[in-house]
Amino acid sequence: MSTTTAAGDLDLLLGRKWKKPPFIKRPWLRWGLIIGAGIYLALAIASVPVNWARVYEGLDRGAAFIAAFTSPDFASRWGDIRHGMMESLIMTVAASVVGILISIPIGLGAARNIAPLPVYMLCRGIVAMSRALQEIIVAILLVAIFGFGPLAGFLTLSFASIGFMSKLLAEDIESMDKVQAEAIKATGASWLQWINYGVQPQVMPRLVGLSMYRLDINFRESAILGLVGAGGIGATLNTAFDRYEFDTAAAILILIIGTVMALEYLSGIIRAKVQ
Amino acid sequence: MLRLEKLTKTYPTGDQALKAVDLEVPAGQVVALIGPSGAGKSTLIRCINRLVEPTSGKTWLDDQEITGLGSRALRRARRRMGMIFQEYALVERLTVMENVLSGRLGYVGFWRSFLRRFPQSDIDEAFRLLDRVGLLAMADKRADELSGGQRQRVGICRALIQDPALLLVDEPTASLDPKTARQIMRLICELCAERGLAAIINIHDVALAKLFVQRVVGLRFGAIEFDGPPEALTPEVLTRIYGEEDWEQTIEDAPDEGEEEDAEEPREAAR
Repeated sequence: MSTTTAAGDLDLLLGRKWKKPPFIKRPWLRWGLIIGAGIYLALAIASVPVNWARVYEGLDRGAAFIAAFTSPDFASRWGDIRHGMMESLIMTVAASVVGILISIPIGLGAARNIAPLPVYMLCRGIVAMSRALQEIIVAILLVAIFGFGPLAGFLTLSFASIGFMSKLLAEDIESMDKVQAEAIKATGASWLQWINYGVQPQVMPRLVGLSMYRLDINFRESAILGLVGAGGIGATLNTAFDRYEFDTAAAILILIIGTVMALEYLSGIIRAKVQ
Repeated sequence: MLRLEKLTKTYPTGDQALKAVDLEVPAGQVVALIGPSGAGKSTLIRCINRLVEPTSGKTWLDDQEITGLGSRALRRARRRMGMIFQEYALVERLTVMENVLSGRLGYVGFWRSFLRRFPQSDIDEAFRLLDRVGLLAMADKRADELSGGQRQRVGICRALIQDPALLLVDEPTASLDPKTARQIMRLICELCAERGLAAIINIHDVALAKLFVQRVVGLRFGAIEFDGPPEALTPEVLTRIYGEEDWEQTIEDAPDEGEEEDAEEPREAAR
């Protein structure tokens, strides 16, 4: 009996075209969303004011800026540039190291599968606060407290690194293989031994990769933080712009790009090694 | 030596995985625990070393009540219960030697283990065990470079270096080919005999279990349905444990084709 019905169903299906079922089942909702999104996009583009006359004027300035890249001037402000770069590098490395060291315990606490609920809530709170406050805002506050200079930049970058690293580390811990950790627990290991043998090996490659990425971010951020007075190469860059010394600015930008690329290359090598 | 008294586990979802299980295992006895998927076999052995907290009931290892221990005493008690896992559960990025030595974590302090400076006696014992299972040459390889059978041997070394009185073995052969499965089962049972260890072995493969153990316990819906020697596993008994099926083949054949199809964990096939 049931076999005949199945055969009947099969006969109905044979020879029919097959298509993947659409993600949104109701056709009116599907088409409504597509058309709605199209209208929104058109209106949004139309609403951006463009002053074509101003753009035309600006083209010259832009051209001067780009032309400066063909003749970057490393020499005339070399002292300032070197000082700024050193300050940025020191700031970046110090902030990354401090930020990462602090973010490891917070990351452990923010992983739901290893931390008890109160610790988890506290650490997630710290992470949320660090991520909610944008670097520039923190830098403005810290410059107000500690005055101009790299100390404010260093503290800002450390603070920002904590949120970033803790969150991503915690997520990696939460997605680790539970059984490997369980096996270590079953040997009678203490909590610290359990972390060291059961958890750390599983998250180490990610931790190293993230640390390198954060180092890279911190260096780029240090160029921005100078704009609000937090020291580093950003301060030198800002001064160059203020003086309309586009060729010096170009030299600084080239150095920043070069450093970021070098860091990128380095992190690629290191990540391949720790896999 | 091991005694379970009305051991019960109810998961927060309301599933009753164990219903007042009473079981006694004398020293040196190897027990196979069989039963369909979801019968509570894994829960049972995890309740013994409290990787899963039992809801009620008591567990005794010799004259120590495991269920009442605080965390420090529990860690001490866990040293006496070696565990072997289905998917080997080696820490994949650690070396074979680190994996074996991790069985000593209950005995050494944090800094020693952190710096990997284990006592010479532990290191010698690790080499001896690796030699016993034929993996001495692999000591400094990373665990994820080994094959399934080799990994399980390392898992066995890790459990044995704890110097346990009892082995808790969770589906040791489920991810292995039939030949390796037999070798691993033989190795576990030989080592238990050599060292006078008691063991509880969760196993799907009834025919394989019958080859090696002295006693079989059948679990169904979290309760013990059968407890007896392997010869007493008649088709009627297997039907009581697993449900209706033609059991004659399982009982008579050699277990080369013995891999059960409905293994407990779906990831078994996904290796």
